[in-house]
Amino acid sequence: MGMTMTQKILAAHAGLPEVKAGQLIEAKLDMVLGNDITSPVAINEFEKCGACHVFDNQRIALVLDHFVPNKDIKAAEQCRQTRNFAGKYDIKHFYDVGRMGIEHALLPEQGIVGPGDCIIGADSHTCTYGALGAFSTGVGSTDMAAGMITGKAWFKVPSAIKVTLTGKPTGFVSGKDVILHLIGEIGVDGALYQSLEFTGDGVAALSMDDRLCIANMAIEAGAKNGIFPVDDVTRAYCKDRFTRTPVEYTADEDAEYTREVVINLSKLRPTVSFPHLPENTRTIDEIGPKEVKIDQAVIGSCTNGRMEDLRAAASILKGRKVADGVRCIVIPGTQQIYLQAMKEGLIETFITAGAVVSTPTCGPCLGGYMGVLGKGERAISTTNRNFVGRMGHVESEVYLSSPAVAAASAVTGYITDPAAI
Amino acid sequence: MKAHGTVHKYGDNIDTDVIIPARYLNTSSHSELASHCMEDIDKDFVNRVKPGDIMVADKNFGCGSSREHAPIAIKASGISCVIASTFARIFYRNAINIGLPILECPQAAKAIQAGDEVEVDFDTGVITDCTTGQTFSAEPFPPFIQHIIQKGGLLASIEK
Repeated sequence: MGMTMTQKILAAHAGLPEVKAGQLIEAKLDMVLGNDITSPVAINEFEKCGACHVFDNQRIALVLDHFVPNKDIKAAEQCRQTRNFAGKYDIKHFYDVGRMGIEHALLPEQGIVGPGDCIIGADSHTCTYGALGAFSTGVGSTDMAAGMITGKAWFKVPSAIKVTLTGKPTGFVSGKDVILHLIGEIGVDGALYQSLEFTGDGVAALSMDDRLCIANMAIEAGAKNGIFPVDDVTRAYCKDRFTRTPVEYTADEDAEYTREVVINLSKLRPTVSFPHLPENTRTIDEIGPKEVKIDQAVIGSCTNGRMEDLRAAASILKGRKVADGVRCIVIPGTQQIYLQAMKEGLIETFITAGAVVSTPTCGPCLGGYMGVLGKGERAISTTNRNFVGRMGHVESEVYLSSPAVAAASAVTGYITDPAAI
Repeated sequence: MKAHGTVHKYGDNIDTDVIIPARYLNTSSHSELASHCMEDIDKDFVNRVKPGDIMVADKNFGCGSSREHAPIAIKASGISCVIASTFARIFYRNAINIGLPILECPQAAKAIQAGDEVEVDFDTGVITDCTTGQTFSAEPFPPFIQHIIQKGGLLASIEK
């Protein structure tokens, strides 16, 4: 029986000629990631068990991104603890304020992760790097601590769902609409314990920013990972970034899949997830023009804080104004994206339109700071979760969408089709 | 090893944001996390929960964020075991890694009601609803995971 792409990467990192779904293996790790929320818990565990060295100071990435610049004293202490640990063990990929970005925008951009890698991160959206043809999955802090000590992690080899993409997206349809559509189809546990393996002619029509967005939200379908084949788009993206040697894996012809989902990209419409689960999707055509009034629009996050996202939002906001009564918050994913957006005049477009632009942070996505919602308030957001209380008050609501839909909605004050303004 | 306690029952897709809202993730203090456990869907949980109590939920328990603060908050609140139809995979790993016993058993998750007295035998995987007299068999852990649990968590299992 052949192997899926994920299974091949896991076999190679376990030193085995082949692996099967359900098999428990121990795999070598190319990168171990943590942030300012999860690293302190991992560091406590690391120290509690008496560890006095990390397996490789070049293969650990510590990114302060959730509550920085420090939102309060407790957040400051968590950053201080992580910063001290990074200094003590001479962690090469430590990113502090001024150099940091949102981790899943930053690591691909900086070439810290690449094709063929096996990566764990103490952040559920670590699955983002599957866009590059890597096996990458979110874990908890204890797994992160063990990974930092041993350079290894245990995995149950996942079975797979084949997601065949055909056609090309049209109009304002982006990677976000593809993944929201898929989650709407299979549900928030539709891929539980499994890998989502994207394939088909449609892949070539998706940019790297689209793919990163799609892989990012694999976890919202319960998946262990999402993964894309390596093609010219991947190679072009990794060129001059990824300094290690990329390894390209392809799924065997006779690889086994538990099911196949076919998505014709040309048929997709801008899609919105209604509260309080990402699977509660509706196309923009199923939402009345004045049906959902919003108080806030958030454009950013590890899902949609990249260059193409900011360009899409700016193309809508240029020459227009954010509606009265709406707060529009734009958050570039990294310092480099921020700088590029400035060079392209996007920041001026946002500010002129009446939006605010923040330094990179996860802040509002998880109701941390920089855009927390009050009782009964509604946000349209390009983030990845709309659970109860996710962005603030337990009676607030989050609607997930692409940057184009979020920007159009900011202009009208209601969830709006970008093609309609 | 056995657990015995009163059941706190929840539905599908209990996510880590409601188990422990992110606004409290500026601390890793177990007791502080426990004091906010389940606050956004069950404000009274922290007042009702007694040491040894059991949490029962339906499918995809613990979905969402990878925050280990979620199983930590549940464990530190006094819960001795979580029974669910299915668990989200990161929560599943985290619970095992920190030594919070969890059991997958769809039949038990459906039948057991809030307030029931339940006993769990971890050696046999047998779940007994003492209130109704029903018994259920949970899926046993594979030996590899049993080893981690027996050692008292992941880090203890890798120590030489």
